[in-house]
Amino acid sequence: MASELVFRTCPITGKKVYAVTQNLIWINAVTAVVFILVGGIMAFLVGMTRWPAVHLLPADLFYRFLTAHGLNMLIFWIIFFEIAGLYFGSSVLLNSRLAAPKVAWLAYILMLVGAVLVDIMVFTGKADVMFSSYVPLQADPKYYLGIILFAVGALIGCGIFFGTLAIAKAEKTYEGSVPLVTFGLAAAAIIAVFTLACGAIIYIPTFLWSLGLITNLDPGVYRLIFWGMGHSSQQINVTAMVSIWYLLGALTVGAKPVNEKICRSAFFLYILFINLASEHHLLTDPTLSPYHKMVNTSYFMYLAVLASMIHALAIPMMVEVAQRKKGFTKGLFEWLTKAPWGEPGFPAMIFSLFIFGFIGGITGVVYGTEQLSIKSHNTWAMTGHFHATVVGGTTLAFMGLTYYVIPLIFRRELIGKKLAVVQPYIFGIGIILIALGMGGAGTLGSPRRHWDITFAQSVIPFSFDPAVIFFTTIAAIGVLTAVTGGAMYVGVSVLSVFFGRKMAANEAKLL
Amino acid sequence: MPITSPEKYWWKPADKEEKIWISIALLWCLVLTIMMPLMHLIGTQNPSVNPMKIRPQDYRTVSEAFIEKYKVGEEQGIPVVEPPDGADVYLRAQMWTWTPILKLKKGVNYKFHISSVDLMHGFSLMPLVMNFQVVPGHDNILNMTPTSAGTFHIICNEFCGIGHHTMVGKIIVS
Repeated sequence: MASELVFRTCPITGKKVYAVTQNLIWINAVTAVVFILVGGIMAFLVGMTRWPAVHLLPADLFYRFLTAHGLNMLIFWIIFFEIAGLYFGSSVLLNSRLAAPKVAWLAYILMLVGAVLVDIMVFTGKADVMFSSYVPLQADPKYYLGIILFAVGALIGCGIFFGTLAIAKAEKTYEGSVPLVTFGLAAAAIIAVFTLACGAIIYIPTFLWSLGLITNLDPGVYRLIFWGMGHSSQQINVTAMVSIWYLLGALTVGAKPVNEKICRSAFFLYILFINLASEHHLLTDPTLSPYHKMVNTSYFMYLAVLASMIHALAIPMMVEVAQRKKGFTKGLFEWLTKAPWGEPGFPAMIFSLFIFGFIGGITGVVYGTEQLSIKSHNTWAMTGHFHATVVGGTTLAFMGLTYYVIPLIFRRELIGKKLAVVQPYIFGIGIILIALGMGGAGTLGSPRRHWDITFAQSVIPFSFDPAVIFFTTIAAIGVLTAVTGGAMYVGVSVLSVFFGRKMAANEAKLL
Repeated sequence: MPITSPEKYWWKPADKEEKIWISIALLWCLVLTIMMPLMHLIGTQNPSVNPMKIRPQDYRTVSEAFIEKYKVGEEQGIPVVEPPDGADVYLRAQMWTWTPILKLKKGVNYKFHISSVDLMHGFSLMPLVMNFQVVPGHDNILNMTPTSAGTFHIICNEFCGIGHHTMVGKIIVS
């Protein structure tokens, strides 16, 4: 028990960092980076195959690696990082010991075993089913088992987070309300519980079906509940990402929320409405009635959009106020031009906000309308949309945060600070090119999850407008740029974590 | 700071700027919300309004009967079908063909029944870029009126196995 109570005091923030929490954050974050490395290699191979000028992989490997890309990025990288974030947001920010550290390790092991099992199944060709694994396309039962193990592990991780909140409250480790970042992460964790419950509801019968114990699994029902997990897991990302924007605002310019009530109410709107919008995946399906679709994708979705609009004001506003207080008051924009653009966290936050809001958010709202979904459903434009939200938004925010977690939590000095500074720019520009290229080609009809957009092997010949090839080339240039940025991220973070100079206990240097 | 507890009383009224922004955003959300049902009344391009279930084997039977009844030829092994005006049209998705090739008339309304007999497929009408999900066991019923003549292609945009990228169909409108 005593070892669970060992802590140090952070010389920068004054927070208590418990050794067990630190180790758990470390293992989850490092594992996340390993998965982004796997997913990044897949991104390069898949991106270079989509580009007709290179057309790198054969068809079977393309579909296999595309499946691996989706799972390693969307699920493993992001959720491992989020679990690290939840432990940080509860134990560190609230100065509290972590609830049941041994169970937290069990959660980690379950997630790891699940993820490795899924990857083995995918890479050995036993699960060429894509991220969505639509029934009746069938994978090896061990694939579904891997997903279930991972989801159970992540659910336990959320439980540790809630348990820590309860302990912190009972032991009075903080006064008044929880910090805004913790509040946002709590919203993310609540959404995660709903998400993982949907995952259990659909993956357990699917697992039994793959074993032959259930014979009748309706593909329409599968789609409905799958997206209760598939899209909602992106809503966890949105909520965690917005929390991290607030955190990065504090770390880079010392920003403070202008109105806590507004920020917290917006998070509350996410909890209530964001998951109900996942039915927009089914707008062109023959399963739901128009009334159902209208209700779910109109006011339910727009109240979640409203929450994002509120954060879109609150975050730049708090940065502006903080900067103006520092004396950058000349003209309308001195606060922005004199911002710490040479520090990785600031450009990462601004790029993340811009790409998420202006590219990902706007395309999301447009494609989420019932009639415009007809124009975009399953096209590459959809792929462009979620690369803007999940990669340009969430991943970039997580990357920016990593450069602060390494000195703050792992107490290592960054190796390659100059690389870390330019990395968000390179990655951000790459993602913008990817999103615009995919959006352009997709608007002209280029399908997602497609090995050969020249249709060379089809019986009935068909070819696209040449502009599709042009936009695909833009996306491919984006892939090369973003993969370079991603490699820089992995390089800097891995080198720093393992070989960075160990910082002295009282060393108060951030970057 | 967002990483420390806020002051004791943080439930404070919003500033004027914040109120203006939130009001505009809310108004815009309401406009979008109203547009969604309104487009069902004034718009001409809407998703399926009466979803029906049909077992894949039953769908295969009806679509085979449809092909047999109105078949006018064959192209590279795929039947070419010319249904009469206003008929129910069955377009079957299966790994990795769209059956049959359809010959339709401009300005005539057809009731399309699109379904699959194996996996999930994606109906994508080119070059118009109109996309619908094709789900086995469910009949995607769409009223369609061709408004221009020419050759249209249907590509599959939902992953359906190793031959997914070869799945192309055709509709000829005269």
